[in-house]
Amino acid sequence: MARQLIDQFAAQLPEDRRASVYGGSKVGHEKRTKVLFDHFPDADRLRELAGEIKQHVVENLDTYLPKIEASLIAAGVKVHWAATAEAANKAVLDIMRARGATRMVKSKTMVSEETHLADYLQQNGIDCLETDLGEFIVQIDGDHPSHIVKPIIHKNRREIAQSFERHGLGAYDDDPQTITRRARRFLRKKYLEADVALTGGNFLVAESGRLVLVTNEGNSRFCLAATKTHIAMVGIEKILPRDRDLALLLNLLARSATAQQLTVYTEFIKGPRSSTQPDGPEEMHVILVDNGRTDVLESDCREILRCIRCGACLNVCPIYRQASGHAYRSVYPGPVGAVLSPLLAGKKFPELADLPKASSLCGACNEVCPVNIPIPDLLLRLRNKGKEEGAKIASAGTPPMGGWAVLATQPMLWKTAMMGGKILDVLPEKFVPVPAFRAWTDQRTLPGWRGGVFRKWMRTRETKPRQPTVGP
Amino acid sequence: MNLSNRIRPSGPGRVQLMATCLCDAFYDDVARATVEVLEYLGCTVEFPEGQTCCGQPAFNGGDWANSRKVVRHTVKTFAGDVPVIVPSGSCAAMLFHGAPLEFEKESDHGDVEALGRRAWEVIDFIVNGLGVSTWPGRYDARIAFHRSCHSRGTLTGPAALQLLGSIEGVTVLPFGEAEQCCGFGGTFSVSFPNISGNMGNLKLEHIRAEKPDELVSIDMSCMMHLGGLAEKEGHPIRTRHVVQVMRDALRNAGLLAP
Ligand code: SF4
Repeated sequence: MARQLIDQFAAQLPEDRRASVYGGSKVGHEKRTKVLFDHFPDADRLRELAGEIKQHVVENLDTYLPKIEASLIAAGVKVHWAATAEAANKAVLDIMRARGATRMVKSKTMVSEETHLADYLQQNGIDCLETDLGEFIVQIDGDHPSHIVKPIIHKNRREIAQSFERHGLGAYDDDPQTITRRARRFLRKKYLEADVALTGGNFLVAESGRLVLVTNEGNSRFCLAATKTHIAMVGIEKILPRDRDLALLLNLLARSATAQQLTVYTEFIKGPRSSTQPDGPEEMHVILVDNGRTDVLESDCREILRCIRCGACLNVCPIYRQASGHAYRSVYPGPVGAVLSPLLAGKKFPELADLPKASSLCGACNEVCPVNIPIPDLLLRLRNKGKEEGAKIASAGTPPMGGWAVLATQPMLWKTAMMGGKILDVLPEKFVPVPAFRAWTDQRTLPGWRGGVFRKWMRTRETKPRQPTVGP
Repeated sequence: MNLSNRIRPSGPGRVQLMATCLCDAFYDDVARATVEVLEYLGCTVEFPEGQTCCGQPAFNGGDWANSRKVVRHTVKTFAGDVPVIVPSGSCAAMLFHGAPLEFEKESDHGDVEALGRRAWEVIDFIVNGLGVSTWPGRYDARIAFHRSCHSRGTLTGPAALQLLGSIEGVTVLPFGEAEQCCGFGGTFSVSFPNISGNMGNLKLEHIRAEKPDELVSIDMSCMMHLGGLAEKEGHPIRTRHVVQVMRDALRNAGLLAP
């Protein structure tokens, strides 16, 4: 029976890769649960509240977008709108060219992964360096992030030391402190040389025009310390209504992502350098990126736009743990990716229509999500979309359901089939002409067939009515 | 999952049993134990003969058009206003959550929702519908309880643990990574055989480390998968449904005829 691409990928994954991903996610998840519920006795109520706030923004985006634009302009920010990935990349390049800039330092942003900004800039003669340690390592390896918070969760210390050695960052040494020190020495020079800093944005507050950035290594602060121009690429769904909403969302984000009370560096940036704010770049640009988001907004999966990219759903997901992020063939892996990637793909939906199948629908992702996204429901809707659009890649391994529906709507046929199933007990497995049956019995036995036994018992037994033993 | 609008019974009375296709085909004793336990509590159990399946296989597979045909049949078969009791967390969730989701844009959405409001997983019904909080009888076993995933967000898991824990002689054993899925997931188990098998074996490893006498759940689908993996490996494990344990506890104490 045909297998799904992600299952094949997982089967071929080298054992030490699986061990890195599995171990990293499991520890991350367990720490998160402990911290969240130790600190907040009713953490689930907080998740619901955060979900309601983000859903409110998603549903009222048409009023929040002009608001955020006005607040940003009032704070001295130049606002750009980018409908597509190409437009977003071009906006960055135009700003760089206008300043005669050729060197950029970058603090991790998933939306720039989405638009493949680094490649685009490289092709246009711009030197673009990732400064988050994990991102830096995937960049020097020509690799891709496999997690949205821990981009190199798939690598162990030895592999990282090897990458450093290959790239002339000193002789092999897998001591984490040495690795960090070497990266720091290399990056410091680059921070000082760069003309432009590019960041993402964790939140953008409509009321005040504040851009909020969180990092654990302080790299975004370093990016902004010596450069003259700051460009932030932000998805249009990242808006929060009020500054006070940050208290809830930042608390949930840090705990869900890395089990911290707060991320080590949390920056609130309101515009470029000014008389009241003497530090930082002279010029600030915010590029508000759509790139398929308004289509998602119009779909029946718009709840996914609540996502704050914490990675908790990846860490808890048993499929992600077995398969690794690279199995998902797109920027966003795991449960959130299985919903978001096919939606953002637009016309290319059929190419990623198998991703929503990569779930046992266990619901663990919904249970941990800090903004309470009903991911399993969205996966199911996308499965139905895949079926209705006839996406071949989605149907691999799914038995056709037409025959079953005929049986299950005609009780006489159903009962006959229940009796007839006994043949499975005597027929050798290899003669059963049902691929799903063979796929099942490849790894598992089936219990003995008992079709009709219960119905007969129910019909023929003597019932002895009893007095009620419990009250209402 | 919204369970706030469900219709609560005023006490034991008439109920309809939805046995599920798995009990129909393989686990007749689970269906029988459900009847015996409900009757012990004073319920009158009716079994609509025309019943087949809850519609879940096609729903999960994305074939909502075929799934809706089966759900419509189920709605017709379980007409009336008495509680519909299901010895399966996932089939119960199909009735009160899945089916309403796939009928959102259909004209008979209301009928489907109405059935959902009457649908109960059996242990949830006993604890939260009938108000039973402890279980009589005796059952000597060290039990690993697998919280089947489709009971997430419902009251079924805590209800089952409460009743199991109250039975004299029962020890419920905690085990590692208990919140993780067993890897069944309906057609997931045949289209993702490698991942499904790994998930199941990981679960079995954690469970075996505690050396339970039996593995108990509220979903025979999880039990079929885990039991089948264990047996194929040559290390079978005894798998049961919570209602079987409850029925046997009554029998052992002479509260129910064998
Ligand atoms: S879907 Fe939820 S859990 Fe997953 S990354 Fe987004 S916010 Fe976090």
